[in-house]
Amino acid sequence: MGVYSMALPDIGEGIAEAELDEWSVKVGDIVAEDDVLCAVMTDKAVVEVPTPVSGKVVWVAGEAGDTLAIGAPLVRIEVKGDGNLAKAADVAPPVAAPKPSETPVVVDAPTPLAAHTPPPVVKQPLGAGEKPLAAPSVRQAAQDAGIDLRLVQGTGPANRITHEDLEGYIAHGPSVNESTAKRAEGGTDIKVKGMRRMIADKMALSKARIPHITVVEEIDVTDLETLRTQLNTSHAQDKGKLTILPFVMAAIVKGVAEQPGMNATYDDEVGIIHQSHPVHIGIAAQTPNGLTVPVVRHAEAANLWATAAEVARLSAAAREGKAKRDELSGSTITITSLGPLGAIATTPIINHPEVAIVGVNKMAIRPMWDGSAFQPRKMMNISCSFDHRVIDGWDAAVFVQRLKTLLETPALLFIEV
Amino acid sequence: MSDLSCTLLIIGGGPGGYICGIRAGQLGIDTIVVEQTSPGGTCLNVGCIPSKALIHAADEFHKIATVADSPLGITASAPKIDLAKTVAWKDSIVARLTGGVAGLLKKAKVRLVIGHAQIVDGKRVRITTPEGEQIIDTEHLVIATGSAPVELPFLPFGGPVISSTEALALEQIPQKLVVVGGGYIGLEIGTVFRKLGSDVTIVEAAHRILPQYDTALTKPVAKSLADLGVKVLTGTAAKGLGKTGLIVESEGKKTDLPADKILVTVGRRPRSDSANLTALDLTMDGPFIAIDDRCRTSMSGVFAIGDVTGEPMLAHRAMAQGEMVAEIIAGHNRSWDKACIPAVCFTDPEIVSCGLSLDEAKARGFEVTVASFPFAANGRAMTMESEAGFVRVVARKDNHLILGFQAVGVGTAELSASFATAIEMGARLEDVAAIIHAHPTQSEAIQEAALTGLGHALHI
Repeated sequence: MGVYSMALPDIGEGIAEAELDEWSVKVGDIVAEDDVLCAVMTDKAVVEVPTPVSGKVVWVAGEAGDTLAIGAPLVRIEVKGDGNLAKAADVAPPVAAPKPSETPVVVDAPTPLAAHTPPPVVKQPLGAGEKPLAAPSVRQAAQDAGIDLRLVQGTGPANRITHEDLEGYIAHGPSVNESTAKRAEGGTDIKVKGMRRMIADKMALSKARIPHITVVEEIDVTDLETLRTQLNTSHAQDKGKLTILPFVMAAIVKGVAEQPGMNATYDDEVGIIHQSHPVHIGIAAQTPNGLTVPVVRHAEAANLWATAAEVARLSAAAREGKAKRDELSGSTITITSLGPLGAIATTPIINHPEVAIVGVNKMAIRPMWDGSAFQPRKMMNISCSFDHRVIDGWDAAVFVQRLKTLLETPALLFIEV
Repeated sequence: MSDLSCTLLIIGGGPGGYICGIRAGQLGIDTIVVEQTSPGGTCLNVGCIPSKALIHAADEFHKIATVADSPLGITASAPKIDLAKTVAWKDSIVARLTGGVAGLLKKAKVRLVIGHAQIVDGKRVRITTPEGEQIIDTEHLVIATGSAPVELPFLPFGGPVISSTEALALEQIPQKLVVVGGGYIGLEIGTVFRKLGSDVTIVEAAHRILPQYDTALTKPVAKSLADLGVKVLTGTAAKGLGKTGLIVESEGKKTDLPADKILVTVGRRPRSDSANLTALDLTMDGPFIAIDDRCRTSMSGVFAIGDVTGEPMLAHRAMAQGEMVAEIIAGHNRSWDKACIPAVCFTDPEIVSCGLSLDEAKARGFEVTVASFPFAANGRAMTMESEAGFVRVVARKDNHLILGFQAVGVGTAELSASFATAIEMGARLEDVAAIIHAHPTQSEAIQEAALTGLGHALHI
């Protein structure tokens, strides 16, 4: 019997280290050749690492969330034959490898309820046609106290609610009588790793480095919506459906043409603002793993439908984790939109090192005064943040007004002046 | 006349309206009740109370008339009845009760205005009284206009055709009485006049009397009617007035039933078209005013209670609604949460139903246990020569919670309180079975029915 030591393989060009994303094996497991040992993550790609040998796992390097250098020992596997380590007894990890004990302790088992807590009475849901069972005086007392008896667990025969049950509910609230709102104990610690750590680092960097100024403006998108509906009615079949996003992107393209300072990156370490000629628009997208920002490249050169198709393709790829690395980087300005969840206003965080981000809020029909009467108009807010180090409030306001004008009079989007 | 204003104006002084008024007065609400005739409504004046008075008189007369046939060993000479006197006695009871209501309203500091109400809007009502017109402004309006007997278009009231109202005020016993409608009102009054000596025929379009009850409950009533000599023509439709009486049609055959009086009791309709109610344009539920669980109508500040709001058209439902609405107006948090509304049919013998019937329980998806106990096995019933009938209980199979009671038998009306108490208190079969019921009473049958449901009845 020998021990085979396996190092973390080189999994990509120019990558010096990788983060352990998830272990598929643990010490003591028997593995066959080509079984997946673990998944490691670099930038935004996750790579599965198979074992080249069969045997029993006797040691693993660290746990999920730890960072390993390429070439550092990853696992040791007890194999038939000699293995690649001198002696089977020499199974202690090399000093350079991170020891499991050095990593923070992960407590994910909730603390059990204290023994003195009375077992909660589970409120049985009422069946169809059933009313809460209580004597008339109990019902009246409940009405006087404003208590819905359906929420009170009865302890009497056939779950009849007694005066004591009602008094208990009034005195202690549902926590005593109702499991759905029982007193919680302990908590769950979740190690921040992988994509979440990247998001966290990036957000912290943006927010720490960039003094944000956010401008919120309301936009009457009634005409834009009419146009969009018209285009979808006549062209959804052959060209695909348009959301409002391609129009916003077109407005940004028009807007940055006049204010190139918005379509830029700022390297504050060397003190250079790079104004980009191409407009590469990042689209903040929610994926099962968290926020990613796929990039629609050369938005200045695409029409509405091409833009829409590219947004759809990239978002799907991002959601499925199939987006390529260069599809996830290189943006020069970013849009963030939560769709119907888009709230009235947001304070978007700039996608560092960019200098501007456009937040799209939700659309709603609101009564607007037209000078003589209230009219129902489709209104939508945009919330835009700017790097105040390099963009003055005035310029920010001009840019937002420009977007407003373009979106309120959508014909302007398509007119070359 | 000077105009009035109040916090609460109630249109209708029937059981719903006057109870609402009394309770509102107790709660310190400035209240006016408007009544067209005399307080007490249908119930006190031309319904529940007068009919029960006549039922009692007829029963007494009938007992003496038939005493020779009984095994009790009593003999008596043939009784005579002066119906005018009977009606006068009945009227004295009605007068005492309506006077009592007026007194109760006064005691509660509620103003009673006798007059014809015409709603102007949800806050204003015009009253026409013998002394002139009067406007009453109010913050809250309660509509308690009640119901009226349904009139058949081909058999309009007048002449020999009478409604229950006239039937309860007849001063002479009709020789031949034809009753159109085999519901509880027709059977109650028909039985009265049969016992007083009339030749009574009941015409019912459905295939049996009291179609809302199951046949087990109606069978003792049908037998009693047959024994009394009441002719019951089921599956027979009234067609109109004939030369000597009522033209009826059965299986395509028309006959002329001779009749001195034709009593039409084919149901009651809500008075939702009275008092210029249509001016409010309230949301309706069929012919009824639609209400929510707080008796609120579709108009803010306007409530409706009693028969005008729907079935069951029963005085005690209206009373409970009236009480609730007064408390709601006083600012209490109240909503309709009654588990049951008992219903009593004062036929001979009486039928009581409280809570869910077997079919209703099944329709609501409950698995049920049904058990009944016959009065034939009840000592007290035997001593009263009233062995017909039974008490039946419907309970959930899983936890034995009692969902409903039904009973038929002489004197069972008074058992309704026990039934309702058990259901409202959320009793299980075990509860009722474990309660000592006084011996010898008919109420023992309740306990025995519960015991039967548990599988260990003691007296059967």
